[in-house]
Amino acid sequence: MSTGFRAARGGGVMIELDAGEASILRSLVTQILGLVQPGPASDDPLERALGIGEAVEPSDPVLARLFPSAYADDDKAASEFRRYTEATLRDGKRADAETLLDTAEQGRVELTGEQAEAWLRALNDVRLALGVRLEVTEEIHDELAEMREDDPRYPAFVTYDWLTYLQDTLVRALW
Amino acid sequence: MGSTAPAEVARPETDVRPDLPWLTIVWNDPVNLMSYVTYVLQTVFGYPKAKAEKLMLDVHHKGKAVVASGTREEMERDVQILHSYGLWATVQKDSA
Repeated sequence: MSTGFRAARGGGVMIELDAGEASILRSLVTQILGLVQPGPASDDPLERALGIGEAVEPSDPVLARLFPSAYADDDKAASEFRRYTEATLRDGKRADAETLLDTAEQGRVELTGEQAEAWLRALNDVRLALGVRLEVTEEIHDELAEMREDDPRYPAFVTYDWLTYLQDTLVRALW
Repeated sequence: MGSTAPAEVARPETDVRPDLPWLTIVWNDPVNLMSYVTYVLQTVFGYPKAKAEKLMLDVHHKGKAVVASGTREEMERDVQILHSYGLWATVQKDSA
């Protein structure tokens, strides 16, 4: 396991990734990239051009968490907001994922401040997706400590815990 | 919606109350890290670390916190940015 991120000279951050770590990161972020691809486009050419899209909350719980409702108790306002903003949100998540895929290589990875921000968001998207699938609670770390290694959930929980560590060290390297 | 419709959403009259500010709420969730939430509040709103940490702790302990107030448009913009960081944020009219 790597030692996490640390601040680099010149304002950026750096991390050493081994082959397995780079491969896991790339694989998970590629899955996010697949998830955030646009849904069925509007039939209307102008709406398509303006990036106006779906107005309904996704039924998949992972997508619902990545693209949450902006109004807790006003379905109409939530739907309008989603219609006008979700395409932009998808584009942003896609760009963040692509930045990570462009830079996550085995060995020493150096990131500019801007790339590091993209990594932060991309790592968070992966953690959100995994967290929803694994139904994690705030006690995940203690839960993992008590989990048997032959538990079928163990590898996914270890991966989630590692991503948590990566993200936390990245935040601290940027502060 | 027809192709000649304006891109801006027409808001119902009852929503236009300039004297009632709108709020951006951040909700607690089990995934977002305390360090990350603090960092995002600093980055998005330019809050000093101490203020961002206090708001993060409110989210953590009380389940949610008001992190900004202003016009509806401003709050919708904030929420959109917070969603780009993966925070669970909503817009709400200040009922106080």
